[in-house]
Amino acid sequence: MSTLSIIFTALFYISLFVFIVGMGKKIYQFWITPAPLKIPTAPTQLTQTGVVFRMIREVTLFESLFRSNKWIWLFGFLFHFGLLLVLVRHLRYFIPGDLPEIFLLMQPFKYAAFAMVIGLAGLLARRIFVPRIRYISAPSDYLMLLMLIVIGVSGVIMTFTDNHTDVMAVKAFASGLVTFDWANLPTEIHFLVHLFLVFVLLAVFPISKLLHVPGVFFSPTRNQVDDARKKRHISPWALQQEKEHAVKLEQTLGKDE
Amino acid sequence: MAAKEFDIPKLPTYIEIPELNPGVMEGEGPFKSSEEFQNPLGFPGEKVDNWQEVAIAKMGELKSKYRSVQVFLDSCVKCGACTDKCHYFLGSSDPKNMPVARQDLFRSVYRRHFTFAGKYFPKLVGAKELDDDMLDDWYNYFHQCSQCRRCSVFCPYGIDTAEISMAAREVLDAVGLGQKYCNQILGKALTVGNNLGLPEPALKDTLLDLEEEVEEDFGAPVKYPLDVKGSEILLITPSADFFAEPHIDGLIGYGKVFYQDGVSWTLSSYASEGANFGMFIGSYDIMRKAALRIRKAALDLEVSRVMVGECGHAWRVAYSFWNTLSGVGAGAQSSDEHAMKLQKQLDHRYPQPQHIIEYTYDLIQRNKLEFDKSENDDRTVTFHDSCNVARATNMGGIEGGQFILPREVIKAVCNNYVDMERSTIKESTFCCGGGGGLLTDDLMEIRVKGAMPRMQALKEVEKNNGVDTLAAICAICKSQFTKVLPKFDFDPYMIVSVHQLVSNAIILDKPQTDATDAEQAQEAETE
Repeated sequence: MSTLSIIFTALFYISLFVFIVGMGKKIYQFWITPAPLKIPTAPTQLTQTGVVFRMIREVTLFESLFRSNKWIWLFGFLFHFGLLLVLVRHLRYFIPGDLPEIFLLMQPFKYAAFAMVIGLAGLLARRIFVPRIRYISAPSDYLMLLMLIVIGVSGVIMTFTDNHTDVMAVKAFASGLVTFDWANLPTEIHFLVHLFLVFVLLAVFPISKLLHVPGVFFSPTRNQVDDARKKRHISPWALQQEKEHAVKLEQTLGKDE
Repeated sequence: MAAKEFDIPKLPTYIEIPELNPGVMEGEGPFKSSEEFQNPLGFPGEKVDNWQEVAIAKMGELKSKYRSVQVFLDSCVKCGACTDKCHYFLGSSDPKNMPVARQDLFRSVYRRHFTFAGKYFPKLVGAKELDDDMLDDWYNYFHQCSQCRRCSVFCPYGIDTAEISMAAREVLDAVGLGQKYCNQILGKALTVGNNLGLPEPALKDTLLDLEEEVEEDFGAPVKYPLDVKGSEILLITPSADFFAEPHIDGLIGYGKVFYQDGVSWTLSSYASEGANFGMFIGSYDIMRKAALRIRKAALDLEVSRVMVGECGHAWRVAYSFWNTLSGVGAGAQSSDEHAMKLQKQLDHRYPQPQHIIEYTYDLIQRNKLEFDKSENDDRTVTFHDSCNVARATNMGGIEGGQFILPREVIKAVCNNYVDMERSTIKESTFCCGGGGGLLTDDLMEIRVKGAMPRMQALKEVEKNNGVDTLAAICAICKSQFTKVLPKFDFDPYMIVSVHQLVSNAIILDKPQTDATDAEQAQEAETE
């Protein structure tokens, strides 16, 4: 194996490790942090089923964003949906051997790359040209978009221009990562940049705003059932406080009950 | 301190997103609380020496106790969807009043102290130190948020600035920088029993006077009972209902509905306050302390129903939090002694707690009330959805019931009803500008500016539909509108309680002894 291949192979496992451990820790933190009060936001759902459908609409259609701002919704949706199709199509590189027939149907998904890049460009343009959004942007907000754009554009270049890379070699490399049967990777610059930035993205996922991905599922204003009158909802720390009469306001404000 | 001069915003035909004017709402914020009000609540009397340390420790504690705080601080992608949703931004054009920018005052410190990226690359991710300037900004701008949650409706992750602003105020209290208005009032509510500091004898006199007045005006012996043990209903209403205009006309209305239904009800002198400012300052413990007074009153008076009068955040606390805080509700586990003690006593054929609008609506549905709608024919009414009712509660147990029920009650008693522009009502309602602990004269500038979007929508229905009455079910809204309506060339008396409209139209057909009845009887005889 070439030195470059060894470095990239190592980078893959390192970034994947950082991603999995980081996300695991973060999700665990979200999970164990109690939501002591019922705070769903209108339009609230009165049943658990309603909440599930609300969440599905939120993560698949970006319902709240649609209500909020049609431009951000359009660009955001193009990007995310494009990315989803592109990712699904990328599975072909990681599955060793012959592909199931279904992958033939996914062939057109490559055009989703354009949706993704257009969406990202729109978001970046808004960040630069809309003063309100420029005001709230930190350097990392631009950087994140640029990184994704470079990933998207380098992918587009490899797929749709003469700068093709050897996809069979890519498949050998990628599936080799999965089966621990490591192989050399192609060395075209587009491919290396593409791959490197994907690794960076994986690694920064748990320490950046990309945490909105798990975050939305834990958002109490979206995932709580609006049934506070029907069921007593109490967090462990509040219950303990209640049992121990632990709130020390009795000297100043008088005893409870 | 002399009140700062400021321009009253113009009311455009359509709300336009203002150009940014950084720093236009900079300032010292509302009056700061002193030792006298801070200490009883368990807060330091003045800014503590090691305030930075205390603040960061408190932030760490809060984010571990509230999932909302932790998730919201991590999840914002700065997409900008919320930037044009806050009434204070629309009215003031100060960019720090954009919800995300307001949160970022808190989030940038969180990043600096609690995240990898913020610790090692602060400039890159916009992480900042909590220095004196930042703390001043916190005090100022977190008291320019009415915790109305409009931004949360529009956020793709449901990030709720109210949660962040409550957390920030809790940190401010912990370092000794409390807000005078809220903390002074809390002291009264938690010792005397209501925000006005009205003791039992004064309350009793007020209610007796009210009974006399109502009997004189309407010819029916409508009662306003206080501390009557064994009553069916305990009514918890904002203390403004006892004194302030137009609130008291709403209280008169509740009494008439109870009278007509023939139900026994009572107020409590111990728990004579529906408002719970503990929510505004973000303190679970203080909010609970206030809620426990209601629990105690319900137990002592042996009532089987707890009902809440017209008050926005009170209904949020009652509907969403009472069951949690003090067990006023249903569905506690049998092992839960604290909650069960009360829940065994309550009559679960009714929702507990129940809103007075739910109660009146239910009576109307069952044809138990009769109205002469023509009594309100001199009015064309619109309804202001109060933010806490609209975005944080429900009524009637049906989806969107909190929007439907008040409107149905109004339509049952009024012939002329018009809604304001859809994007300014229901879940998208614009705050009155005075909620969240901002209803104090030292915040008049932000109150007036923040009222602009609501006033704009009102102006349109005034022009196009001849609306001359604005009905609301929130004590803060009513007080705020009374103050700000004239600033925008409206009649300050156009704001009314929904139950004032009910009161105007309700026919009291219990045995009457008034002159009209006697005259009618005589006329009948002579014929």
